[in-house]
Amino acid sequence: MSKESTYIPKSGFSKWFDQRLPLPRMLHDNINAFPTPRNLNYWYTFGGILTFCLVTQIVTGIVLAMHYTADAGLAFASVEHIMRNVNYGWLIRYIHAVGASMFFLAVYVHIFRGLYYGSYKAPREILWILGVVIYLLMVITAFMGYVLPWGQMSFWGATVITNLFSVIPVVGTTITEWLWGGFAVDNATLKRFFSLHYLMPFMIFGVVILHIWSLHVTGNNNPVGVSVKEKQDTVPFAPYYTVKDAFSLVCFLILFAWFIFFNPNILGHTDNYIMADPLVTPAHIVPEWYLLPFYAILRAIPSKLGGVLVMGAAIAILFILPWLDTSKVRSATFRPLYKQFYWIFVVNCIALGYLGSQNPEGLFLVASRICTAYYFIHFLLVLPILGLVEKPKPIPESITKAVLEKMEIRNMKEKSAEA
Amino acid sequence: MSDKDPKQPSRRDFIFLATGAFAAVGAASIAWPIVDQMNPDATALALSKIEVDISQLERGQAITVKWRGKPVFIRRRTEEEIQMASRVDIDSLPDNNARNYNLSPDSAASDENRSLDENGEWLVMVGVCTHLGCVPKGQSLGDSKGDFGGWYCPCHGSHYDTAGRIRKGPAAKNLDIPAAEFINQNVIRIG
Amino acid sequence: MFKLSGYNFKFCILFQIIFVLFFSISAFAAGEQKRVQKHDWTFAGIFGHYDDAQLQRGFQVYREVCSSCHSMNYVYYRNLAEEGGPGFTVEEVKVIASEDMIIDGPDDYGEMFERPGKPSDTFVSPYANQNEARASNGGAYPPDFSVLAKARSTLRGFPWWFVDLFTGYQEQGVDYIYALLNGYSEPPDDFILQSGMHYNEYYPGNQIAMGQPLYEESVEYADGTAASVEQMAEDVSAFMMWAAEPKLEIRKQMGFKVAIFLFVLAGLLYYSKKKIWARIEH
Repeated sequence: MSKESTYIPKSGFSKWFDQRLPLPRMLHDNINAFPTPRNLNYWYTFGGILTFCLVTQIVTGIVLAMHYTADAGLAFASVEHIMRNVNYGWLIRYIHAVGASMFFLAVYVHIFRGLYYGSYKAPREILWILGVVIYLLMVITAFMGYVLPWGQMSFWGATVITNLFSVIPVVGTTITEWLWGGFAVDNATLKRFFSLHYLMPFMIFGVVILHIWSLHVTGNNNPVGVSVKEKQDTVPFAPYYTVKDAFSLVCFLILFAWFIFFNPNILGHTDNYIMADPLVTPAHIVPEWYLLPFYAILRAIPSKLGGVLVMGAAIAILFILPWLDTSKVRSATFRPLYKQFYWIFVVNCIALGYLGSQNPEGLFLVASRICTAYYFIHFLLVLPILGLVEKPKPIPESITKAVLEKMEIRNMKEKSAEA
Repeated sequence: MSDKDPKQPSRRDFIFLATGAFAAVGAASIAWPIVDQMNPDATALALSKIEVDISQLERGQAITVKWRGKPVFIRRRTEEEIQMASRVDIDSLPDNNARNYNLSPDSAASDENRSLDENGEWLVMVGVCTHLGCVPKGQSLGDSKGDFGGWYCPCHGSHYDTAGRIRKGPAAKNLDIPAAEFINQNVIRIG
Repeated sequence: MFKLSGYNFKFCILFQIIFVLFFSISAFAAGEQKRVQKHDWTFAGIFGHYDDAQLQRGFQVYREVCSSCHSMNYVYYRNLAEEGGPGFTVEEVKVIASEDMIIDGPDDYGEMFERPGKPSDTFVSPYANQNEARASNGGAYPPDFSVLAKARSTLRGFPWWFVDLFTGYQEQGVDYIYALLNGYSEPPDDFILQSGMHYNEYYPGNQIAMGQPLYEESVEYADGTAASVEQMAEDVSAFMMWAAEPKLEIRKQMGFKVAIFLFVLAGLLYYSKKKIWARIEH
């Protein structure tokens, strides 16, 4: 990949500016002219979609904070005030609430795309780890945000999750009381969660910049997993990928808009329209859908400490994934066995999500345990062993070759169809 | 490829232009809710009228009420104060506009145009200095009323007379008179 | 795009069979509580809108029956005249508001006082606070109605919870309320009803503290509609949906415009993308 700048200042002013602050040069080299593999498919457009989601959440969040009141006695009413009295308040709140779900939907597609095409492998380990950090920050931010409307699910979700810290030996209770600022989730807890919920998106933004920086050092992975070798393997990011990302984003926005305007509450929980009552727990406490798999893992383990540790391990294991997969081949396209285990893993994660929404009893509990075990087996046994025993399919010499081959096959098919 | 044909570049450009323009319209319409949400909300607009019971007010007394988050001065003036205000030559005033919402915008700043009733007994004004928004002194008995016996703004020394007109100091305009009317003998509606 | 090869397709099928098994178990486990039927509402679906006459009748039922126990703390009288609402005129709303006495204050002497309501007031509450409400109702708090239609749901089960995502079914709460109001009956012989409780087919556990609130002709409708229990239940449920989601009409109308815009933009972008990518082999 060529690292030489292709930026040519056009006017006297831009030359003058470039010598003092080469910001336009940086933007040109990293956006307009950035050499991107020519074979990226639509699964690769989710990075752009995620950036859009983050900005949307920050903008709508700042707006909501102008009207929201972080006080246990007033929070619920202030959310209703936003919904009823603030100009377009209902729209902005629904964008923010649905936006959280859309953000996670996109991040899951992004993560599973990375898993399929081996985007975590050398030289992209740091890129992957930064991604996991972003995901972790997203989870914490989303959890704190869910507490803010101060409904029943907010309150009891906060109670259950903060109580997880009480498993820490000796200092557990001290730590939970420190987190709460009291002896239960209360006004002090709500205020600090609001403050942190406002702070963390900017931390995410910072890590996203590192994530993109790292991406632009190693360059994109691509569906065939072969590294870029020559100039014709790539196209400039603009206009090829700006237009493709934009098209994909608008398609995503259609789904987004569907939920905002026609189904805004279905992704949330009805109990959160009941104001928090510290004396009554709702019949079913479930987190938002995007955290259900972890909730299933938490409850699959019979010991409290064990559950917390295993749930933590379920995310922590993603950090060391680049070293668990022993295969040198990146893309699942050329790994016949991995491809099958990949799909089993996907179904297993969806199953965990479903089990997270059910009461942990009887068959559900048994199933949660099997699925939890399989989650770890996939990373700790399947991935290391597959790399050693699997015989990969022949790998194309270059991206360009792969593209041309695909075109030829398509043309031949078209011809035979015509005949 | 049609777009490589030099005869037909306009069609391709048109598509790009149309797409760009369409996206720009979308972005602009998203901006509006984000701007509009900062405008006064439905609760603020609904409370924009208040009714004040003034039956307890003696001549020479004043009360301050809150309207749209701002103080409104209601003063039942003495004969002396009315005399003081009506003697003034309007042309010599720094601001000779009545600043009265209930009258046409070019009304002169005569005392009749400033007071609410025909006798000139009642004066209703927004108690916000027209210089930089402080609340002038003069409502309470012990307050400094300035050189003209009306109100005095402590922030930058603006003096208002007994009709709330600016006489001296940095403020350029008379105190605003809001929409107000008697709905009966005892109640004034503001807003 | 991903393609399933024959092998992993079989794997997935196997998992899915196990899955469906779970779903059917969960459906059985639900038990006693009778399944709520979907009701036809004018405000359902993409083009949903409120029926003004129905909301006005519903408001009458709320006012004459429900409001003696249930508050509606987030709804303002002025809302009744706002766009997408029951369509009362501003003058009518002033009269409606002035019929209720609001506790205001403190006045200049530090006393609370009563005055007639104004459009800018929230609906008058039957009780001073939750504790009083609880004490007056044998320990059961009559929930606030403001967002109740969004705070209740029905058991949907597989595959409906998934289908609902894409049909826009958002009337679970109001369906439940409608069913509940029609769900009073004599308990079965083997059912042990605690004292002070009432049997209802749709209430979780079938024992509800609230006695049957609606009987034939509980109200005399201003527009002459026959006041059957079903009619009143339907009207007041619709009114509660409006109270919970007053911007529903505006939201759906705006959504329709946004959707058209996005589809056109997507089309334009798709065409632009094809044009640009035609420059290289891909």
